[in-house]
Amino acid sequence: MGVIFLLIGVSIVIAILFLSFFLWASKTGQFDDDYTPSVRMLFDDNKESENQNKE
Amino acid sequence: MELEKFSYDNGIVRKFAYATIIWGITGMLVGLIIALQLAFPLFFNEYLGFKYLSFGRLRPLHTNAVIFAFVGNGIFTGVYYSLQRLLKARMWSDKLSAINFWGWQFIIVCAVITLPMGMTSGKEYAELEWWIDILITIMWVAFGWNMFATILKRRVRHLYVAIWFYIGTFVTVAMLHIFNSFELPVSFFKSYSWYAGVQDALVQWWYGHNAVAFFLTTPYLGLMYYFVPKAANRPVYSYRLSIIHFWALIFLYIWAGPHHLLYTALPDWAQSLGVAFSIMLLLPSWGGMLNGLLTLRGAWDRVRDDVVLKFMVVALTCYGMATFEGPLLSLKFFNSIAHFSDWIVAHVHVGGLGWNGMLTFGMLYWLFPVMFKTKLYSKKLANFHFWIATLGILFYAVPMYWAGFAQGLMWQEFKPDGNLEYEFIDTVTKLRPMYMLRSFGGLLFITGAITMFYNLFKTAKQGTFIANEAAEASPLLKAPSKIKGENWHKAMERKPVKMLVFSLIVVAIGGIVEIIPTAIVKSNVPTIESVKPYTPLELEGRDLYIREGCYNCHSQMIRPLRFDTKRYGEYSKAGEFVYDHPFQWGSKRTGPDLAREGGKKSNYWHFSHMIMPKETSPGSVMPAYPWLRDDKLDYTIIDRKIRAMQTLGVPYPIGYDAQAEADLKIQAFEIAKDIYTSNPDNKEFTNAEVQELSETELVALIAYLQRLGTDISKTKK
Repeated sequence: MGVIFLLIGVSIVIAILFLSFFLWASKTGQFDDDYTPSVRMLFDDNKESENQNKE
Repeated sequence: MELEKFSYDNGIVRKFAYATIIWGITGMLVGLIIALQLAFPLFFNEYLGFKYLSFGRLRPLHTNAVIFAFVGNGIFTGVYYSLQRLLKARMWSDKLSAINFWGWQFIIVCAVITLPMGMTSGKEYAELEWWIDILITIMWVAFGWNMFATILKRRVRHLYVAIWFYIGTFVTVAMLHIFNSFELPVSFFKSYSWYAGVQDALVQWWYGHNAVAFFLTTPYLGLMYYFVPKAANRPVYSYRLSIIHFWALIFLYIWAGPHHLLYTALPDWAQSLGVAFSIMLLLPSWGGMLNGLLTLRGAWDRVRDDVVLKFMVVALTCYGMATFEGPLLSLKFFNSIAHFSDWIVAHVHVGGLGWNGMLTFGMLYWLFPVMFKTKLYSKKLANFHFWIATLGILFYAVPMYWAGFAQGLMWQEFKPDGNLEYEFIDTVTKLRPMYMLRSFGGLLFITGAITMFYNLFKTAKQGTFIANEAAEASPLLKAPSKIKGENWHKAMERKPVKMLVFSLIVVAIGGIVEIIPTAIVKSNVPTIESVKPYTPLELEGRDLYIREGCYNCHSQMIRPLRFDTKRYGEYSKAGEFVYDHPFQWGSKRTGPDLAREGGKKSNYWHFSHMIMPKETSPGSVMPAYPWLRDDKLDYTIIDRKIRAMQTLGVPYPIGYDAQAEADLKIQAFEIAKDIYTSNPDNKEFTNAEVQELSETELVALIAYLQRLGTDISKTKK
């Protein structure tokens, strides 16, 4: 069952990778604003858009 | 604030969108063909019994086509569209985009050619041969490179939650693919999995489960978080929940793989670990599903009119159903009924047709009018597509659930005297009507997809495509944390992200190259003394078993459950599979388990059964394999195969590769002779006839089948 340690190892590496992503994101303020991004993505920045929400 | 002018690359999105549609229809068509093969096996044997069209070869083509070609191109379509807009930046390199596109299509074409030819590594959902695996890695890295480089030159500091899902997808799929595809090439067309038996099974389902998680789920959740709010023109219900959804999902999913191996020879603690994480997965999955559905709160009236939203609502509902069912199926009680049955087929198609299919359709119906600056050609046709696809899912899933319950329960049924109530074949004939209904469901679904193709093609024709959509946004440099003269800091801040991703992957690959040969091969030492390596003929037979895709319908894993041991014999033990590169446990019993097939039937029975299964087993849905009788066994690289096995730790004597061919011929002659001797209709035969038969592929396959599961009984005697 040696391979299980390999898999656990790889899975932990991935988990650590994501943890560091998460820490980086939290530290740089990615999650400080948990509302505006959801609205901002609705705005289209191209001029000829028919979207009523203009920037 | 100075605005930068740039443009979005719509050309690449359009290319991927067309590829999605075309490969989607192709993959579904192959699915329909194999569904019909099970419903009408006699017709296919009579009129379409070509080896390139046989079930075992086409089923991998179906799964590969719908997962990696249809959904794969769907991912790229959605990512290339949304990523640019969410980051307010054009893709970093148009060249890389093009390489990603053409490379991916080339891989698919390779799959379409090699799989029907029987070139397969024999591992479910990872059947493609070693050199295609390398191509996949390269194209995936091209995609990731382009994505990360675009993220680094973005004009929006905040990474919208969809992008997190894309990042998670890229990183994890890269890891999974590399580790599961470790194989030793024997020739251009043949390789052996580096792992054996239980180890291979564990890696395979760690991969298989996470392929579902990180290829069919996380990228599509990212697309959902972009396209559902866009189509509804309102923000996602809770952005905070979406962030929690992502992180919870990403940390839980990777540990759930062992639930595919409940009651198998996998150690118990690993099984329990998988179950526990599977149950926990329910929370983030449903959090995400509800978040998507609740985005439409107060806008449900629009769902009535807007066909895009309709598709998305059904997609989310199916996602909810599939992710509720997943934890349920990982419970041992449900698993003992559902495993190896059509319940699993129903489950994956609710996910595949419902979640991936419907979300892709919704996305495409939204994208085409937007990209071509026009209105959808026909709302009516789109509505027709919606209803026929929804009906198609129902006609597919309900009979398959029924079939699953019926067969799962029939397998378990005992008579009062303690014998099994049903023969395996009884459970097969019982399912025929369900297989027919399922084919009808598939037909409806594919009809819908073809209507969409027409509708979108017409939409494209009536509109004007803008390949490079002009946009403007202020550069990111003006962000408050960045002050002029502090550029070194900016560079430092950015580098870790880039470094982390690429260096970790590189380090992991490098480290593993060293670890695997030592750790894995060493732990392959036999645990059961009487279990011996396959003879050269059996090894060739095993390769034929893999080539014909027998594992698609036959398991080789007897669980320690009374109805399994009663039907098939002593339960399978981990030590029996130490020389199996790759493992062939299978995941479905359309036909009976073969783990202890050796010695149960005569050579002559197998001979007639393979040529015409209906003769020996009336009511069987198994295809006939007449070409195995006609084609000569190609044993020219048997020496290389033996040496490869030795490299992988299989204890053939040193120098046996030179001896192999002679041994192979002797064993083949014996079996061929036995087939002639035990044929009741043909008493007289010549040595030349035996010689001729002994050179066929069929004899090698019989040799393998007769070996299966017999080693363990040798200890007792």
